[in-house]
Amino acid sequence: MTYFIDRRPNAKHKSAVNRQRFLERYRKHIKRSVEEAVNRRSITDMERGEKVSIPAKDISEPVFQHGPGGARNIVSPGNKEFVPGDKIRRPSGQGGGSGAGEGGASNQGEGVDEFAFTLSREEFLEFVFDGLELPHLQRKPLKSLEEVKMVRAGLSRDGVPSRISITRSMREAYARRIAMRAPIKRALKEALEALEAEERKDTVLRNPARIAELKTEIERLEKRIAGVPFIDTYDLRYHQLSAQPQPSNQAVMFCVMDVSGSMTQNHKDIAKRFFLLLYLFLEKHYEKVELVFVRHHTAAREVSEEEFFYSRETGGTIVSSALSLVNKIIEKRYPVGQWNLYVAQASDGDNWDDDSNICRDLLVKQLMPQLQYYAYVEITPHDHQSLWHEYESVVKEFPERFAMRQIVEAGDIYPVFRELFKRRLSQS
Amino acid sequence: MSATRKRKPIATGSDWNFSVLERFDAELARLADEYRLDTYPNQIEVITTEQMMDAYASVGMPVGYHHWSFGKQFLAVEQAYKRGQMGLAYELVINSDPCIAYLMEENTLMMQVLVMAHACYGHNSFFKGNYLFRTWTDASSIVDYLVFARKYIAKCEERHGVQAVEQLLDACHALQNYGVDRYKRPSPISAEEEAKRQEERESYLQTQVNMLWRTIPDVPIGDTPLAGSLHADDDPLGLHSGGHYPPEPQENLLYFIEKNAPLLAPWQREIVRIVRKLAQYFYPQRQTQVMNEGWACFWHYTLMNRLYDDGNVDEGLMLEFLQSHAAVINQPAFDNPHFSGINPYALGFAIFMDIKRICEAPTDEDSEWFPDIAGTPWRETLEFAMRNFKDESFIQQFLSPKVMRDHKLFLVVDDDQLENLEVAAIHNEQGYRQVREALATQYALSVREPNIQVVEASIRGDRSLTLHHVQDSRRPLGRSVYPVIRHLQQLWGFPVHLVSLEEGRVTRRFHWPVEDESPAS
Repeated sequence: MTYFIDRRPNAKHKSAVNRQRFLERYRKHIKRSVEEAVNRRSITDMERGEKVSIPAKDISEPVFQHGPGGARNIVSPGNKEFVPGDKIRRPSGQGGGSGAGEGGASNQGEGVDEFAFTLSREEFLEFVFDGLELPHLQRKPLKSLEEVKMVRAGLSRDGVPSRISITRSMREAYARRIAMRAPIKRALKEALEALEAEERKDTVLRNPARIAELKTEIERLEKRIAGVPFIDTYDLRYHQLSAQPQPSNQAVMFCVMDVSGSMTQNHKDIAKRFFLLLYLFLEKHYEKVELVFVRHHTAAREVSEEEFFYSRETGGTIVSSALSLVNKIIEKRYPVGQWNLYVAQASDGDNWDDDSNICRDLLVKQLMPQLQYYAYVEITPHDHQSLWHEYESVVKEFPERFAMRQIVEAGDIYPVFRELFKRRLSQS
Repeated sequence: MSATRKRKPIATGSDWNFSVLERFDAELARLADEYRLDTYPNQIEVITTEQMMDAYASVGMPVGYHHWSFGKQFLAVEQAYKRGQMGLAYELVINSDPCIAYLMEENTLMMQVLVMAHACYGHNSFFKGNYLFRTWTDASSIVDYLVFARKYIAKCEERHGVQAVEQLLDACHALQNYGVDRYKRPSPISAEEEAKRQEERESYLQTQVNMLWRTIPDVPIGDTPLAGSLHADDDPLGLHSGGHYPPEPQENLLYFIEKNAPLLAPWQREIVRIVRKLAQYFYPQRQTQVMNEGWACFWHYTLMNRLYDDGNVDEGLMLEFLQSHAAVINQPAFDNPHFSGINPYALGFAIFMDIKRICEAPTDEDSEWFPDIAGTPWRETLEFAMRNFKDESFIQQFLSPKVMRDHKLFLVVDDDQLENLEVAAIHNEQGYRQVREALATQYALSVREPNIQVVEASIRGDRSLTLHHVQDSRRPLGRSVYPVIRHLQQLWGFPVHLVSLEEGRVTRRFHWPVEDESPAS
């Protein structure tokens, strides 16, 4: 007796709970691997899984076992030249004579063995933002309706010749021709029948006047049929396009960072999380996100991501150099109508005193009117300097679109964006 | 059967569908019937790769409770599979009634037929016939019990927190190999009787424990007080004359914990019991690897050949089968880089094939070594061998000189007091018995796993628990002993002492919480 059952449609991910339990239990180990990965990877490369290794001894499930030592008998296959009494040198590398078949046991204390597995993309991101108190980021439509996209919207009777729909026009013409000819054809048929009836009569009984009348009538009707136009302006149909307002589906994100001597690698790692978070947010909202890295000390320069995060410079700090470079890049490459512009700036708060009010003016007068959002983080446990105070006045003017925050550790990052996320979410 | 008969294959090519599988199954069932294979009904489930990994991760239990270790297992399987290190097993079969076997959807037609022959008729008949499975497992109720276990543990997680349950399960898993009576053999009992007993046990469980731990000194404990107690001289008032508990050493640690651990709550006892029951369910499988796989290979080989002889499969399928079969029963030599111990499929298949040969065409050597079976009807002899042995005794009984020669088996003694390994015996006239004896012992669970028993629970003293490790051939306990006795201590609730003894002499003591670990003088 046999039953066949097709289980393939059954629920997937039966092991998901156990998998989650495992990840939860080894959170600390996994977090360490994930952190290393975040520091190693590019910002645009975060949305994939990560291979994680945990020392096997940390996750072993202990049971009573024989340890190495003592005497044991081992039977093995494949004897070639041994005879009883042969002495064999103990294979090296197997501590204390643990024999074949005991492989599992000898792995135990060594700690070199790694248990490796792959985190999925979701699991990886969850660990990246662990401790950042992120809400669920959902794809929500943005309502910045500056761009329109033409979409097909059926047919219309008028339009430009280039959008003529030949098929539909011909179909209309055909219908019209049938409709217009039908009554004439009917009349013609009647006339023809009458003529025939007349001509079938005996010659004596024929009425020549009637015949002539019918013939003229037939001629007239045939002319009318021929006169029905093959195509008429009424027949023409055009593809219609209607302008649908579209959120611009591309964004550019400027990462601005102070790389003067006072910014340590630790500062930069925190900044990287900050940039990453904004990037992931934008990536969920726009089809295309471009990144521009601008770093500055006394002068600003556009650089590659690698250079941005990992090379060091010394010297003073002039923030306005970066802001004006951003402004130039926008003018040159990212016209406001086509791009959503975001700027994220990270610094330790240092700036030349005279420069801070220049920054404010640049922001208020030139940059902010064009930007969707500006986020500024100051990574320092110390008191604020002039830059912070100037920026505070920018917040007053653009409370919706300018966010600033002091950050001491990674956990402080998310609140910077709280306004941004809240605003977006509540709109929908 | 004549191979020249006109071939009318049931199907050709590598694609399969359900109706083709059904026709092959009907044919296999007919052949199995002809060979008098006694099987449970089959439940064949077609599953995806991911489902196979799931099944693997839950060690083949169709329904499992949740635990991180299964998640770890899943990740390991997934990783190995993705890296291509491991082809997924093409067979997974569950000892249940009906017998559940999994077919993976990616398998070729040949593979599906092979798995059906191997699992649904080979393993299935083994589960139904072998005495260990008959004694230790109840195939008809296992799935129900697994469902009960899953629900019960989920309920406990809800009530007492995931973490509390997880820690308890960790501790139980550490001891699960010690959750069966290894040296005693229980008499089989019916399912109803078991259910009735369970009910009774549950209602009395806690009261019994309470009885045991009552601290009023004059209640006699146990019904076999030891005369001439150790403490007679120091104990004129006879306060310790109640004897010690347990009166006899207990090998089933989980059972002892379940019944006697003073502080466990009833739900905790039930979980200990669940782990113990499942350990018991898997216990026969751990003892019959060689036999079980050998038997299944013997039958898939026999049945596939019959399908071919009867013209039900074509040459292409048969060639594919032979290649696959050869890979399964391949035994690399000890010095081969692919060597990873003795392949139970190869050894078991060789022995069963050899028994058949001895029955059908015995040589003089066979008549001398196996007077009882040489020349007997092979089918009956094979059935007898399958039903009444476990790996250890099976090898001891049926490993023939021919198989030892074919596999070129040799015995090496590894003694850490000697500088070199020594070849003690090889596959020759003088060595056969010694090699066979050693190989049989190699499969004895009592030798593979350390022999550890509870000897005393200090019910009137500090409530500590003392265990003895009876050491053999100076083989010490591995490092994992500390984490394990820590788990044991968590279950017991009071200090745990573990003493290693060799021939009555203490060689080492382990304590948790750690006191000292001086090797005995």
